[in-house]
Amino acid sequence: MKLLKDQPILELSDLSVSYQHGDLLLEAVRDINMKINLGETYGLAGESGSGKTTLVLAVMRYLGSRAKITKGNILLGDHDLRSLNDQQLRRVWQSEIALVPQDPLSSLNPSMKIGDQLAEVLQLQSNISRHMASQLSKEWLNKVQIPDPERVASSYPHQISGGMQQRVLIAMALSSSPSLLVLDEPTTNLDVTTQAVILDLIGELIRDLEMAILYVTHNLGVIAQYCDRVGVMYAGELVEEAGTADIFLKPLHPYTIGLLESIPRLGDTKDHLQLKPIEGQIPALGQVPSGCNFRTRCPIVVDICHERPQLSPAGGSRFSRCHRWQEIDLGEVNAHRETPPIPSKQNDITVEDTYTLQIKNLSVSFPIQRSLRDVVQNKAGRSLQAVNDVNFEISPGSTLGLVGESGSGKTTIARAIMGLQGISAGSIKLNQVHLPDRLSRRDLATLRQLQIVFQNPAEALNPHFTIGESLSRPLIRLLGMSRQEAKIKIETLLSDVHLPADYTNRYPQELSGGEIQRIALGRAIASNPDLLILDEPISALDVSVQAAILNLVGELQNDHQNSILFVSHNLAVVGYLADHTAVIYMGYILELSGRGELFNPPHHPYTEALISAIPEVKVPRERKTIYLQGELPDFSELTDGCPFHSRCPRYLGDICIKKIPTWQVDPGTGKSILCHIPLEELSASQISSTNVDTSEY
Amino acid sequence: MSRFLLRRLVLLTLTVLLTSMLVFLVTQWLPGDVCRIVLGREAGPSAIENCRQELGLNQPLPQQYFNWFSDFLSGDWGISYSTNLPIYPIVMDRLRNSLLLALVSLIISLPLAVTLGVIAGLNVQKPIDNTISIGSLAVVGLPEFVTGLVVIQIFSFFLRDLGLPYLPANSSISPDMTFIEKLPMLILPALTAMLVLLAYIARLTRAGVLAELHQPYVRTADLKGLPRRTVIMKHVLRNALLPTVTVIAISIGWLISGLVVIENVFNYPGLGRLMIFAIDRRDLPLLQAVTMVTVLGFAISNMGADILYALLNPKIRLK
Repeated sequence: MKLLKDQPILELSDLSVSYQHGDLLLEAVRDINMKINLGETYGLAGESGSGKTTLVLAVMRYLGSRAKITKGNILLGDHDLRSLNDQQLRRVWQSEIALVPQDPLSSLNPSMKIGDQLAEVLQLQSNISRHMASQLSKEWLNKVQIPDPERVASSYPHQISGGMQQRVLIAMALSSSPSLLVLDEPTTNLDVTTQAVILDLIGELIRDLEMAILYVTHNLGVIAQYCDRVGVMYAGELVEEAGTADIFLKPLHPYTIGLLESIPRLGDTKDHLQLKPIEGQIPALGQVPSGCNFRTRCPIVVDICHERPQLSPAGGSRFSRCHRWQEIDLGEVNAHRETPPIPSKQNDITVEDTYTLQIKNLSVSFPIQRSLRDVVQNKAGRSLQAVNDVNFEISPGSTLGLVGESGSGKTTIARAIMGLQGISAGSIKLNQVHLPDRLSRRDLATLRQLQIVFQNPAEALNPHFTIGESLSRPLIRLLGMSRQEAKIKIETLLSDVHLPADYTNRYPQELSGGEIQRIALGRAIASNPDLLILDEPISALDVSVQAAILNLVGELQNDHQNSILFVSHNLAVVGYLADHTAVIYMGYILELSGRGELFNPPHHPYTEALISAIPEVKVPRERKTIYLQGELPDFSELTDGCPFHSRCPRYLGDICIKKIPTWQVDPGTGKSILCHIPLEELSASQISSTNVDTSEY
Repeated sequence: MSRFLLRRLVLLTLTVLLTSMLVFLVTQWLPGDVCRIVLGREAGPSAIENCRQELGLNQPLPQQYFNWFSDFLSGDWGISYSTNLPIYPIVMDRLRNSLLLALVSLIISLPLAVTLGVIAGLNVQKPIDNTISIGSLAVVGLPEFVTGLVVIQIFSFFLRDLGLPYLPANSSISPDMTFIEKLPMLILPALTAMLVLLAYIARLTRAGVLAELHQPYVRTADLKGLPRRTVIMKHVLRNALLPTVTVIAISIGWLISGLVVIENVFNYPGLGRLMIFAIDRRDLPLLQAVTMVTVLGFAISNMGADILYALLNPKIRLK
């Protein structure tokens, strides 16, 4: 196919897709019109349930047997994809269209070597020998910057890291030199520093290639940084489309506006800003309201919204599916939500030296299973040091954020405090009292004071218990209430988490993710614990409901004065909610920062890299990304020196390998940093990230 | 891999040791004195005492166990009470027959069952899947002696009545027959055993195919543009057949010693019938020997299943 610049590669017209559900046909994607030109990166933004995945599968003509394209056309170059038979379609898959999927591990065949899986694609492209294909596949692994292509080629997928797996899939996708590359949340399951490296790699690889890119993600930051044009999907429809700068500077649809305002930006804190959640949730399939699909959640809904709006041109290459876009554009109507008032602090006096939680020299190690030879030779078992000499404390009513990437040990610490994980050294004190490290040795009073909310709310509640039963458990067991008393208390709990009282008879599966997380929060605060542990409580939720949960957490804490340990990988969220923050890497805390200082220098070089890797929801980009080289080291490779030395962009030399740094305290910010580099030196070369992207729209 | 094998072997040894103790103890606890059984009701107390002395029954239990087990390991399995013949050659002869039957039934059932399972899995809820699923379920629901009789009715009597070549209903093979002579006699019992296995393996294969078919890696393979057949053969089946392979390996244990009913229906001289014989005659040494061989059969086929699974599944292999 001969291609010209600005020639449309992909053209969708009036595309609609429905799912067969019993006798019903439920429309998941409705009347999509979209065009992606050669050399263009089109970002498709939407939450889960928006229909973006269905749309992608339809574009690839890979819908399952239950889904059906009911209307419209898909043109890929000069192929009319809807008219192709299976064989023709496979030829298109071979050379015209490629997908980089979301979950790299399960997208690779678990029982086939990486090299073979890649060689398979290459052999399809051209008639080359097996040997040639295997050589070429190593070259491709090299192109996607895999350090040891020989080894990786003969590895199975589970033997390499998530970042490496995704590189392999990128190599597969690009090796067929497709004209359309579809990236479906390609970095969502990766850590933020890995995400930065992978996105940079993709950008570099495709720069000189003649193709169009469809980038699908819920992450508006990624779209702001990497896409030329953006389409926003909501409940199966494209509600707004515009150039990236336009969308982020002046969105013309109330949903886009709400979405952009519901995300905490780096440097926002709960002390000066309440987040603005979008009320309600994305309607389920078959429950999309008639007329404008957003009208049930829209702050500026009027009578005309009962009629279905068209995706109307709004000047230039902009489109908005809102009856009132002109008013929004001219500023005649305010589609921004009211900023909820910051709840007045009940008391802000924290008595120094009394702590709710005090952790001293905490270490957790996991024994490595002894091999038969070790047993025979009577060798002692070795172990992995997953948490290393960790110290921190939490004052009454305050929040400590524990932030780190996967494998950093943050969840292990949370589990150790809960008594779900034995410790190998150190002590945990709750209200000055030493906690036994086994859950079974803790008394009811301790359990009452210590509660946790898990990441995946749907899995944390028993599906066979009604909400009422789940909520009554802690009341009866921990507080010794009678059933009758518990019943009355449950109503208060439900109203505390802003749910109607009749939810008590429902089952978890009848609730949305956000609602279940409210129940989980309600269950955790039922015994009014002194310490509440929140382990990634919003990561599994949609962007538009995250804000509501964060606000709820702040509100509950303000009412009950619980101390909170907030475990998360998301720096912006931690910075928003936490009074103090601990940054953890490979089981070591590298930086402790005081109230509101997380984004002010001096930073530990690792924190600096973490912050720089977050894609800003802002155009143009102001900060420079620091790319961390190499892989997360193996625990067995840790030396006596700084745990971060192998990837540190500010690596000094031998001292970093040989000597563990001492804590330096910065007098200006009160930060403690574990690094050999003098703090003045760090400060001098680091910029503040506070409020860099709180621009007005 | 060698470490993995070693670990399995140690486990196998432990299993066999433990079960040998159980087998020994259970046969000790069976009601009735061995010498009374051997010598009959009329024997006097001194004769009984002599007999007990001779058989070592007055020694402490651990000593008896040790003697019995070391004899068993060295191949000295004793003399059968009921036939007065050495046990070892009898059991070995029957074991050979059982292995032969197991082999023949596997050879006919495996390709058929896996193929049916794959076809059903790829055409889920279509008429062909329903036919296979319901049909195989109907067959597995019937007791073996019913299927056995139906098979005899069709392949022996019905074919004979039509004047066509037919298969013998009696499978009492003898050691001096050649394999070619034995083969026609093997087919009907093997067919019956196969029908029992068939439904099981086919359903398992179907479930495996179904589970793998919707994995993201299959989508990756499809979107490479590979022909559908390659996607199925190279990507889906290798993973889908993992559980099936394990079950097949385990079922070999059952094929060797569990075909009691089928062997009786066809009068086939396998281990199962030998066990019934030993129980009938209260022939304790024979019973112990047959049980031990059965246990070994199950233990080894289980280990085989583990090793096969590890060979096919890289996640296990390289741990």
